[in-house]
Amino acid sequence: MQEQNSVKSRETLFDAEEMVLNMGPQHPSTHGVLRVLLKLDGETVTDLDCDIGYLHRGVEKIAEHDTYAMITPYWDRLDYVAAVSGDLCYVGGVEKLLQVEVPRRAQYLRVILTELQRIASHLLWLGTHAIDIGAVTVLLYCFREREEILKIFEDFIGARLTAHAFRIGGLWWDIYPEFEERVRDFLDILPDRIEEYEVLLNANRIWLSRTVGIGVLSSEEAINLSLTGPVLRGSGVRYDVRKAQPYSSYEEFEFEVPIGENGDTYDRYLVRMEEMKQSALIIEQALDGLPEGPVMAKVPKVIKPPAGEVYFPIEAPKGELGVYLVSDGSNKPYRMRIRPPAYINLQSLKRMAIGHLVADVVALIGTIDIVLGEVDR
Amino acid sequence: MSAILTKLLLVTPDWVRSLTGERQPNVFWAEYVVWPLIQIVIVLFVILTLVAYLVYLERKVSAFMQARLGPMRVGPWGLLQPAADGLKLLLKEDIIPLKADKTVFVIAPIISVVAALVVLSVIPWGAAWATIANVNIGLLFVLAVSSVSVLGLVLAGWSSNSKYSLLGALRSSAQMVSYEIAMGLSIIGALMFARTLSMSGIVEAQQSDGIWYAFFQPAGFLLYMISALGETNRAPFDLPEAESELVAGYHTEYSGFRWALFFMAEYAAMIVTASVAVTLFLGGWSFPGLSLIQDRTIFVLVSIVVFAAKVFALIYAYMWFRWTWPRYRYDQLMELGWKWMIPAGLANIVLTGVWYVLALPESAGGLFGFMQAAPGQIDGRLVPTTAGKLYFVVTGFIISIPIMWVLLATINRRSRDFNLQEQRQLQMQLRRERLEKSASAQEADGTP
Repeated sequence: MQEQNSVKSRETLFDAEEMVLNMGPQHPSTHGVLRVLLKLDGETVTDLDCDIGYLHRGVEKIAEHDTYAMITPYWDRLDYVAAVSGDLCYVGGVEKLLQVEVPRRAQYLRVILTELQRIASHLLWLGTHAIDIGAVTVLLYCFREREEILKIFEDFIGARLTAHAFRIGGLWWDIYPEFEERVRDFLDILPDRIEEYEVLLNANRIWLSRTVGIGVLSSEEAINLSLTGPVLRGSGVRYDVRKAQPYSSYEEFEFEVPIGENGDTYDRYLVRMEEMKQSALIIEQALDGLPEGPVMAKVPKVIKPPAGEVYFPIEAPKGELGVYLVSDGSNKPYRMRIRPPAYINLQSLKRMAIGHLVADVVALIGTIDIVLGEVDR
Repeated sequence: MSAILTKLLLVTPDWVRSLTGERQPNVFWAEYVVWPLIQIVIVLFVILTLVAYLVYLERKVSAFMQARLGPMRVGPWGLLQPAADGLKLLLKEDIIPLKADKTVFVIAPIISVVAALVVLSVIPWGAAWATIANVNIGLLFVLAVSSVSVLGLVLAGWSSNSKYSLLGALRSSAQMVSYEIAMGLSIIGALMFARTLSMSGIVEAQQSDGIWYAFFQPAGFLLYMISALGETNRAPFDLPEAESELVAGYHTEYSGFRWALFFMAEYAAMIVTASVAVTLFLGGWSFPGLSLIQDRTIFVLVSIVVFAAKVFALIYAYMWFRWTWPRYRYDQLMELGWKWMIPAGLANIVLTGVWYVLALPESAGGLFGFMQAAPGQIDGRLVPTTAGKLYFVVTGFIISIPIMWVLLATINRRSRDFNLQEQRQLQMQLRRERLEKSASAQEADGTP
């Protein structure tokens, strides 16, 4: 009783209640308009709730009113830092529905462009992840290289961010003459630049203490949460759609699927760094073996796929991006469903963050690599 | 021109005395009021301009480190950018949040900036007349006043009535209090050699010893530099304002010139800590060969330039750290402060004391006799001989640092053994149970 009393008086004296901190939707490091409700005990996170939907545009519903070709640009704006990958997923789905065989040259060019996009997306991720943890300079280094990729895109597609690269059945244009040379120039500088980031971060004591052992996910947990992409591979599960269900002739390229061991933030960082190097290898192989020929398959002007349904997944930079299309035989899809990797990966935030500090929450949001355009759709 | 300058600068007391124009010069009035006032105005003007240009420098340094150009638009190479920034901040709307505690909200930045500026009065900017006040407890004064500035941050965070500000204030109070201790401990080794707390006295002691105390005290210098980073809230210890976590920390709700005051305080504190480091460890305004200059005026001016150069070298290092390293986490910062810095500071004091006592002449109870009374030392200060200097440098670098390293590693050998997340979850669980217990006890008592 004595002890209870003293406890009571101490707790009531300082009015010890948990503080609810409203992080976002306007916050420098929630990567857009994510709102995280944090319940804090001091600085320790005791509970966490993600409030999403600030960027909801109803893309899936809009798709029911648009023709197949009109939907494609919406996919640029889902994961707007990896627009090309989004395009590939949708056009791949429609082509599967139409049972169109895309020309091999177009397939190779698609691989080159999506792998460049993966590097660009990972560079942006690395920069923002590092700046969340306080290393500002890495961000500007990453943007320097990302700029090169965006310039290549701009000259090919006309847009830098929402690059609308693919059409149903292939590519609208063939590449411009200097394309190959410029991509090769970029690939030449990339390894040195990646080494530059690694010098700044890999063995940095502060970086290690901020990432090692933070947000540990075991492989069982990661699978149970149906995570995909680098977040899953960081937990040691060797699953990559490019290997598991090859699309766009990925089976013809040799590359490794890096996995982590401990499933912490540092392993996910290493996995993504290695993925950039592997992407560069894939691009090199695709450029070396680039076949001649047309870039557009024979596709009818008005796309009316036969009635049926199809699921088409690709390995987007953030994980398995899938499209589920139901066709009723008309020129508009009956139903389109997106499997957004960032949205599904985001649910692991709560699991990872509880028991960590506020500073770790921003590191964990960074390590999941979300884009709110895709989370909210 | 130089004659006027000489008259203006060198003959100060006479010149100032002539201001009063009395037959019997009013020494008190001239030496303790008029001349210090002139010095204060000059120092404040120079330092505040310097602060503005330090911001410019920081932007330029960071830009060059990050493969960009930095401010280039206002004036040549953006040199007028600080003026434009200052003007913008002055003209900005003055916003005080509706639910803020208005008085405290207004006072907080003033406390911060005043605490940072008052310290400037005891810094020996150069030889002879270039110091405003040669207080005999100068260093103690610096430590005492600079610890007042934490009050400004805490009050700012508390009065803003915002959760981010509050968290920033909590962090800054814990951080600055713990790094203050480490800072206080780190300078004691150098003070043992200097045997004075007067800032000018410390510089003179290094001159008569013929060595900078950074060589006698490498560990102390390192500890001082690290804790100075913590004390001034610079990266990698910039947690109180960690922009990616707490938006802007304690000054989230501040804007316009009030915000600029905090900014000024931060950069002024940088100058102060760098100046103290230079005074204490890098020989202050002295430099080998400086005494060859015969002309007193030029000598003093050059000494000021030497001091400024050393301070800028340290400030550049601060900037270099900031743009290279990620940020520590709050608990890691505390761990570094309490488990590494403070034990290291204590160990440094003990080791330095041992080396010092051993080096004393046998008549004073020592062993080696590496110290001797030098001619012209009034207070009986002992000055190390050449062998003594070598002895102190060797012990400082080769013996003290490994001993401290082993000691700290032993103390902290188990600090990484447990899983922090699990520990915190355990504590959360215990706390929740305790709260529930007290809630049920309250219900049983029938008291609300």
